[in-house]
Formats: sequence, structure tokens, C-alpha cells
Amino acid sequence: MLKMQNVGKVYRTDLIETHALRDFSLEVAAGEFVAVTGPSGSGKTTFLNVAGLLETFESGQYFLDGKDVRGLSDDARSHLRNEKIGFIFQGFNLIPDLNIYDNVDVPLRYRRLKQTDRHERISSALELVGLASRVKHMPSQLSGGQQQRVAIARAIAGDPAFLLADEPTGNLDSLMARQVMDLLEQINEMGTTIVLVTHDPELARRAHRNVHVVDGQISDLKAYEPRAVPA
Amino acid sequence: MTGYYMRLAFKSFRRNPGLTALMVGAIALGIAVCVMTMTVFHAMSGNPIWWKGDRLYAVTMDNWDPNDVYDHQHPALAPPMMTYKDSKFLAQSNIPERKVIMYKVNSIVTGGTAEKRPHHVISRATSADFFAMFDIPFEYGSGWVAAADEGPEPVIVISHKENQILFGGGNSVGRNILWNNTQFRIIGVLKEWSPQPKFYDLNNGPFDVPEDAYVPIGWGPSLQLLSAGSSNCWKPEPLDSFEEFMNSDCVWIEMWVELPDAKSRERFQNFMDGYWSDQHAAGRFPRARRNQLTPVGQWLIDQGVVENDNRVLVGLSFAFLAVCLINTVGLLLAKFLNGAAITGVRRALGASRRQVFHQHLVEVGVLASIGAVLGLILSAVGLGLVHALYASARFGEPGGFQELTHFDTASVIWAVILAIVATLVAGLYPAWRIGRLPPAVYLKSQ
Repeated sequence: MLKMQNVGKVYRTDLIETHALRDFSLEVAAGEFVAVTGPSGSGKTTFLNVAGLLETFESGQYFLDGKDVRGLSDDARSHLRNEKIGFIFQGFNLIPDLNIYDNVDVPLRYRRLKQTDRHERISSALELVGLASRVKHMPSQLSGGQQQRVAIARAIAGDPAFLLADEPTGNLDSLMARQVMDLLEQINEMGTTIVLVTHDPELARRAHRNVHVVDGQISDLKAYEPRAVPA
Repeated sequence: MTGYYMRLAFKSFRRNPGLTALMVGAIALGIAVCVMTMTVFHAMSGNPIWWKGDRLYAVTMDNWDPNDVYDHQHPALAPPMMTYKDSKFLAQSNIPERKVIMYKVNSIVTGGTAEKRPHHVISRATSADFFAMFDIPFEYGSGWVAAADEGPEPVIVISHKENQILFGGGNSVGRNILWNNTQFRIIGVLKEWSPQPKFYDLNNGPFDVPEDAYVPIGWGPSLQLLSAGSSNCWKPEPLDSFEEFMNSDCVWIEMWVELPDAKSRERFQNFMDGYWSDQHAAGRFPRARRNQLTPVGQWLIDQGVVENDNRVLVGLSFAFLAVCLINTVGLLLAKFLNGAAITGVRRALGASRRQVFHQHLVEVGVLASIGAVLGLILSAVGLGLVHALYASARFGEPGGFQELTHFDTASVIWAVILAIVATLVAGLYPAWRIGRLPPAVYLKSQ
């Protein structure tokens, strides 16, 4: 599903070179739920951006669903991102002047699906997150937990193989955080591969596998008591 | 996707109404200034009878002083008018499909049902083809036949305006009026007609309105009417009587011919050249041969209808538009960068750089369209003000700049194309720039 081999990513300014990822290698199988942990500045988010094709990398190889993504054009990367990847952010990142329905519609628009198809997908995604009755609401009319559920609905509406979540519970209280994690587990059980970046060891413990990143490198691979990985 | 992007554009405008209004205002103002100057320029430089651009020719011959040119700025040009005797001779030719010799005269008109007191009317003594040659539309009746020129017959054609004054606009064909104390029968009333520039006689102001009464050319000598336009002489010769004036080398007659094809043009040119050779051999035409047939477009250029000041004004108005657009570029950049976080989200959700560029270009297009509409309204208001301003600035009879401020279809099309193309060009960089931003940076900061 996701295979990185010796990936290197360097940020350069006139004065400094920062190696955000160095010889970063990771393989995530289809249906896995992997937590990526590590201190601030360790390279977790860079890994997520590279994995999500939002940033390019200087060295190494990256295969997404068997496809070598190195050297792909922006169009091809965007197409791949739209089809294969769903993003969930710490700050929800809903578009404030679009209602819930239109927010979930955004990735489907770029896939040029027919309106009936889009409508079906939006309805079923919002149904799954329990917000089907709020389609006309604006993001500002929802609580943080509800906003994150909309963001999850948006991420899964396109039926991606792969969900990338960056501190998805970072802005939520513990009750809402638990609800969001329950939802992610439910989505994972339905077959979607999830990579979760988090500081929170409690959340990391709920993943099948925990990858610890320090200084842009994986320091160790801890396998917690695994939940059943879907066949 | 364009429809979707248009929806997003309107949402984006609602997000920053102040900034949007500022940009629309800047575009509209720039466009309005450009359209106003272009409208005036277009009217001043346009060929008002373009559909006959390759048929109508001003006829001129250089009979001027051997020791001095007629026009020092344009020494290669013959005087813009002809002598009476030369024009009369050339007008005998049957080569042109139509030919006109004419001049402007003063007249006093009395009569009509409106009990109007005798009043001064600028008139034109012209040959019969005048109306058909220049495609002049008639409200009632028609012009006269060629035979009426020589008689001359006491027939007259009056303008729409004069008919309003004398007969309240009713059908006055068949009615009699006194024109310079001679009774004339009205045989035609023109519809409103005001070619700008007044190409057929550019003397005394290229943007004068046409005359209000037209009589056969024969009435000029018959009533010994001097020209109310220009009469230019160079030769020391007796000019004590009208007869002597008609036979002099003074130029005061405008002559036009309609030549349907290159062959007839060549034949008429040869005819002129032959006449010139005979006259030259007899001691006239002391200067080099300049027998010129000038089409309307070139005629307007040769006679300096479009002055450099107008070109400078158009240049300045485009410079002003450029300043407005540069400001718009800055505002667009600020606006787009302000929404960079949202663009970052869209990129994360699958939008390519091309799609982001397309989306923002559509937004610029919508902005340009609104700016164009507002610019058109502002232009119409501005031209209306100019029109009103010059309403009280007519010299003698009506005319002048009022006629230049009509907001024609060409100007509207120009304005729309100008606004949209100019703003799209101005929006290219901001739209491209926003697509190049690294999305990851803005995803964290949202």
C-alpha cells in the first residue's frame, strides 16, 4: 500500500540546510492502522506531507499502491492524491464559506464525478459520521468534534484507500477525541488504511502498529497488541 | 468546472466585499476613461462612410503658386478644393458612376407653417448625385435629377431639423419656401444625418454638422452666391465680379467622384492627367503634376482630422488603465494570498496547480465582467456629461463636439473586450502565483 525506502527530504534556506527526513523507510500494508509518534520537529508532519504527495523528496523511493511517485507531474500527483488519499487535519481545515454538504463535495468535484454519484457519496459519508441532518449548516455552526467528523466525511467521501490523519484529536476535548478515534477505527475496520500522526501515546496505543520518529528517522518499530487486521 | 468556479468566485467576493469593490472600482474607472477617450477618438478618426471606402474619392489638382506650396506641412498634397472652371470641366466626364461639385453658401429662409421669421440657414449648392453618392437617407421625397442642376430648377431639399422648424416635422414635400428671396419648392426632407467627421467638406471644422438646405449647384452662379466656406486665391488676377471669380484660379469647390472599380479609377485619373496636360501647355498648372484621387480614409488623414493631441490623450488613458490594472494586480495578489490556506486545503483534497490557476482565473474573469459593466455605465455617464457640457458650447449653428460623444455599439464591444482581456492579463500572475504556493505550509497555519 505505502512503501518508502531511504527517503530523504531537505529544507534549504540561504543559510541552513535542515534534513527533515533521512533514510526514512516504512512499509504500511493494506488495511493497517499505523500510528506515527515522535517529538516536535522530528519529521512526522514532513513524512505525512511526502506520503500525501503534498511535498516532493530528494532521495529514495516511494511507492503508493504499487506506483512509483517519484518524478510524477503535478497533475498526476494531484490526481493520485485525489483518488487514493484522504486527509484529516488537526485544525479540521473546513472551508468556512461552504456549507457541510459543499465541504464534503470538494474532493469529489476534482474527480469530475456526476452529480448523482457525488450526492450519493456525500450522503453516505455524512450518514457514517452522524451528520446527515446538518448538510446546510456552515462550519461555524458546528462544535469542534462535529467539524472534525465533517472533515472525516470529506476525507472518506471519495472512498480513498489511504487516510492520513495529522493530530486529528489535537484540538478536541477527551470525549470528542474518543468519538473521533472510534470513528477512525470503524473506518479502518471497513478496509481503509490509516496512518495517524500523534503526540498522544493513548491514541497511538489504539493503532495496530506504532512507528517512532526522531530526527527524521524511524527509531524503532513497536508493535502494540494488534487488533484484528481486516483480511 | 467553470460553473463551479464561478460559484466559488461569488463566495470569494462575499468573503472580502471591500477589497472586491476596490478592485471592481479600479477596473471600472480605468475602463471608463479608456472607453470615453476611445469613443471620441473612434468618432474623430473613423471613416463615416466606410462601406464606400474603395469607391469614393476626393478630386484635387495642384493649380497653386509655382513659388509656394499650398500646405507647408504637406507639400506633396494638392489644395483640398478645386477651381470652379476645373471642377466644372471634370464633372462633364461620364467615367464616374456619380460625381459631385459643391460648396457651402449662406442663405435666408422664409416660409413654412410655423410662422417662423426669416432666419439664417447654412446651405449647400451641390450637384444632383450628392444624395445618392453619400447614401443620405430621406424622410420624405427625394433629391433632384441632374438636369435640374443646369436650369437651374427652383427645387430644394431640407434637413430633418429645418423641416421641424418650418413645418413641425410634417411632410413638407411640394410646399414652397423663400430661399434667398427666391421661391423654391421642397422636393425632399432628409432624415437625421450627421456623418462625423463631415468628410465631404472638412473646411471650417471637421466636426461641423451638415447643412440644413440643399439647392442645385447652378443656383450658385445664378444668384452669384459666394462661398460660406473657404475661398483661397494665390494669383494676382482681377476678381471684381462673380464672373471673374468663377474664372479665376481661386479654389473654393469641393469635388467628389464615385468610381466603382480600379479600371474606372485609372480611366478617370488619365482623364484628369490629360486635362492637366492641355491646361499646362496653355500656361496653367505651373507646379508639378499632382492630380489626386483620394479615398475617404486617406482624405481624413491627409487633412489632419485626427490631431496628435487626441493620440496623446488615448495614450494617457491607456497609461491610466495600466495604473488601475497594476493596482488591481496588487489587490488580487493580496486577496488570493489571503485565501492561501483554503487553496492549500483544496490542493490537499486533489486540486492540481492547473485547476487552482483555472479557478482563480475564472474569479478574475467574473471580476473583469463586473468591472466592464460598471465601466460601461461610468463611460455612458461620462459621455453624457461631456454631451451636456458641450450642448451650450455650439458656435453659431449646431455642431462641434456633441456629435462625438455617441456611445455606439463598437464602443460597447470595445469596452467589454478591453475590460475582460486587460483584467485577465492582469490576473494571470496572481492566479499563477497562488497555484505555486506550497500547500503544506498553509495547512498547518489554517
